[in-house]
Amino acid sequence: MSAAIHGCSLVLAHAPDLVRHGSKPTREDAAEEIKPALRTFDNALGYPPHQVFIGNHRPDALWEVERPWWKSPAAPKAEGRFGVFIDQDALYARMEAADQFQLLHLDGREASDGSLSLYRNGSRAGVMNRAHDLDESLSASVLLENLACKATGALALEHLLGRTGFPPEDLAYAIGCGEEAVGDRYQRGGGNLGKAIAEQAGCANASGSDVKAFCAGPIHALVVAASLVSSGVYEHVAVVAGGSLAKLGMKFAGALRNDVPVLEDVLAGLAILVGPPGNGAPTIRLDAVGRHRIGSGSAQQAVLEDLVVEPLSRLGRGILDVDRYATELHDPEITEPAGAGNVPQRNYKLIGALAVKRGELERERLDHFERERGLPGFSPTQGHVASAVPWLPHGVEALRSGEIGSTMLVAKGSLFLGRMTELADGMSVLLEQGKE
Amino acid sequence: MDPENQDRIKSLVDEHGADDLVVVLGAADLEALEVAAETLTLGDPAYVGSLAGVQLGLPVVHILEEDVKEQVDAGVYDEQVGLLEMTLDVDQVRRAAEKFPGRDET
Repeated sequence: MSAAIHGCSLVLAHAPDLVRHGSKPTREDAAEEIKPALRTFDNALGYPPHQVFIGNHRPDALWEVERPWWKSPAAPKAEGRFGVFIDQDALYARMEAADQFQLLHLDGREASDGSLSLYRNGSRAGVMNRAHDLDESLSASVLLENLACKATGALALEHLLGRTGFPPEDLAYAIGCGEEAVGDRYQRGGGNLGKAIAEQAGCANASGSDVKAFCAGPIHALVVAASLVSSGVYEHVAVVAGGSLAKLGMKFAGALRNDVPVLEDVLAGLAILVGPPGNGAPTIRLDAVGRHRIGSGSAQQAVLEDLVVEPLSRLGRGILDVDRYATELHDPEITEPAGAGNVPQRNYKLIGALAVKRGELERERLDHFERERGLPGFSPTQGHVASAVPWLPHGVEALRSGEIGSTMLVAKGSLFLGRMTELADGMSVLLEQGKE
Repeated sequence: MDPENQDRIKSLVDEHGADDLVVVLGAADLEALEVAAETLTLGDPAYVGSLAGVQLGLPVVHILEEDVKEQVDAGVYDEQVGLLEMTLDVDQVRRAAEKFPGRDET
């Protein structure tokens, strides 16, 4: 038994007036300071990494675009081959539609006790109400985050169903892998946003649950989904995730300091359909899943040996037997001004260096590894969304066309942020050309 | 340097005293190195963390510096730092470390 990828959609929602409600801008009371650095819809739409994200350009095309990318706009197309880019009005409408408890009111009313003001083009648009006066988990800001996640996750799932023609009623299960903790004070992370997203997308016969593992969540969820399909528990499973409102404007200070627009003004969503093998759908190699083991420690080398070397060696393969690696695909134009460097580039250097250490790659070829087997960063810094998955629809296409024979998705997660362990985490999985 | 790391280092200094501590940095970003070194010697330049206005004067070194490397068992160093050493511009980091506050006096 095995499982295959039947489709993947990636969506973006422009949310300039929600940037002020991101965790960092809220804490630093930076709404006014940020305003002049926010992008118009057209600027955000034409931003080359976004056009790659929704599938109008290949990732490697970015290597040929002059930096900074925000000064080199692409043709602003809202419909992509793998997804859509919606404006803020459409996002608000979707959030309203997803709000079953009438907590969101976009009728221009003023904020009252415990509610949060929402804006449109900088002017007051309405409020998000709290659902309880004492429960922090049901405060207006937490509920706004959860609702934004649900709405963008549902947008991705609806797009996936439309694109693949898969009947919504045939979906058996949806696994949420976003990072929002949905619940009330007695179960703060109670969860199952996966099921709420499937409901919103009209999948009446589906159930669901969430798989949470910080930024590595989507790869854990993909492996669980493939396992459920492979074992015959369910025929089709969707992996879904909405955007992270808390991360909007997270690195605004670095952007302002360097005269760069606030590029963290979009919410992202993803949906992956996993089903039985056949019809050329790329195979998920469940016999080549890499996991970061607790006892391995957190040194970069140990993590990569667990995630890359160990699963490949089980198949008798080496690092260079994988045609394309996808790691965290954070957009460097967001991370560099904040002093965090180019994340994907650093990851590819590390994987390449590991190949050199193992005698699989000549030292002189190390600098070429990124371009030959890696990808540029083109994902918004939406945590879990950036973790390898934005490559998936591109990778599926490359596998189907025979351009590549295999690709590995590698994701890492920072468990220590939750203060329950000092461990890191990671998960990887190998995909191969499917069978007819 | 983020406020939580400042808290952790300050509490270590409170517990052990500044005379018995040395800070070994591992970051690769030159700007981040400079800020960390300044924070741990002269105080937080951004004035937001617990080291704002606190001059710990701790000796600060970088794990990629030659004389730091010599202090570490070669096998352990290779396992923990080997990959980073291969991928970073070691000379650039060493040059940045030479300019850490307090270096010219030692």
